[in-house]
Amino acid sequence: MNAPAPLPSPSVGAAFAAVLRRDLTLAYRHRGEIANPLVFFLIVITMVPLSITPEPAVLATLAPGLIWVVALLSTLLSLDSLFRSDFDDGSLEQLLISPQPLYLMVFAKVLAHWLVTGLPLTLMAPLLGVLLSLPEAGYWPLCLSLLLGTGSLSLIGAVGAALTVALRKGGLLLSLIIMPLYTPVLIFGAGAVRNAIDGFLVGPQLAILGAMLALAIIMGPLAAAGALRIGVNG
Amino acid sequence: MTTPVIEARNLCCERDERILFYNLNLRVCAGDIVQIAGPNGSGKTTLLRILTTVSHDFSGRLYWGEDDLRRRRLDYLNHLLYLGHQPSVKKALSPRENLRWFSGLSSGHVQMPIEQALREVGLHGYEDVPCYALSAGQLRRVALARLYQTPARIWVLDEPFTAIDKQGVAALERLLLEHASGGGSVVLTTHQELGLAGVRRLDLLDFQADSDAMMAAAGDFS
Repeated sequence: MNAPAPLPSPSVGAAFAAVLRRDLTLAYRHRGEIANPLVFFLIVITMVPLSITPEPAVLATLAPGLIWVVALLSTLLSLDSLFRSDFDDGSLEQLLISPQPLYLMVFAKVLAHWLVTGLPLTLMAPLLGVLLSLPEAGYWPLCLSLLLGTGSLSLIGAVGAALTVALRKGGLLLSLIIMPLYTPVLIFGAGAVRNAIDGFLVGPQLAILGAMLALAIIMGPLAAAGALRIGVNG
Repeated sequence: MTTPVIEARNLCCERDERILFYNLNLRVCAGDIVQIAGPNGSGKTTLLRILTTVSHDFSGRLYWGEDDLRRRRLDYLNHLLYLGHQPSVKKALSPRENLRWFSGLSSGHVQMPIEQALREVGLHGYEDVPCYALSAGQLRRVALARLYQTPARIWVLDEPFTAIDKQGVAALERLLLEHASGGGSVVLTTHQELGLAGVRRLDLLDFQADSDAMMAAAGDFS
């Protein structure tokens, strides 16, 4: 064996932290772009009482579904850029050939994405609930369902973003791939809030959302990593 | 120095129904500097992407030492440094932040602090300037600073001299020689005449398929 002496084995934690820190720094430097989905979220929700009706009873029935649909669309808006710039400037290749498990590197990128989109969406949601006269019983379930659900949205979306990264114009295709996968999250997320308002149990819905998140954590980065290898290969 | 560090046997690569190279054999030993030559579009970058395991669209075998490269991919990658066609530098980050990311990815083992590496490539005083304020040559130099930091023994460099000035080229050539004499290996592509002693040239035109071979390869791929 003439290969060079082994180097000290790589530290996965340091690499994970390096990727997370870089993506968060980049998000901070491009904060205009990052704010875009959030502003979209805010604008759509404020338009609803103006365009439909300011009647609190009507708004209250619309609120859970509307907030969830718009949260989903805002996530979709931000997905295309998840791997795009890394692909364009060659750093995606560097990520692929780093001596680290690609699963964790992708997970770090998705985590950074969730921290700058899903988490702010969740934090903004109660405020928008007020705009839509959401009944009091709905606030905690709304926050909890979004907290669990937006995580799944980012993870599932990463698969679509990875599949379309090598295409020059993947935007439309990305939406078509991702939308069907998002519907279960939407159904159970909005369902939890609706149940809470109607005075039913929210536990089962939240539990299913949690199960979806657990599944997405395991499968999402794995599928995205595979898709990235194929995308960069071509 | 007889056992090769990387060996490629019978590499064939097809792109868009065109065969880029056929039956290519390559041995890179410790201390070798191998220049991949060939006109534009002859598959130089593709070959480097195959050697760095970025691309898998090929037939043939790759060996790392005596083992199949695919079996010990992680170990191989741990010894590999690849500078791609793009500098892989994020323009919104400073050179320091970019290098910190690179060293974090390659497990954080560096042989030289970031400040010193940047001084070596002539970017002293630019450590914390956002990279979009740098010129094309300076961006390339940020990527080249990794060569000073890395403990990797195998360097695969795609057009490392692009946009680099004369002094920079001379410094880089010195660095490559130093690396090779220390037992490292370099595989690079460049259109520049290298002023280095002991560079082996591999011309991709020698491995272009004639029509018979093309038919045979078409059979292999189908």
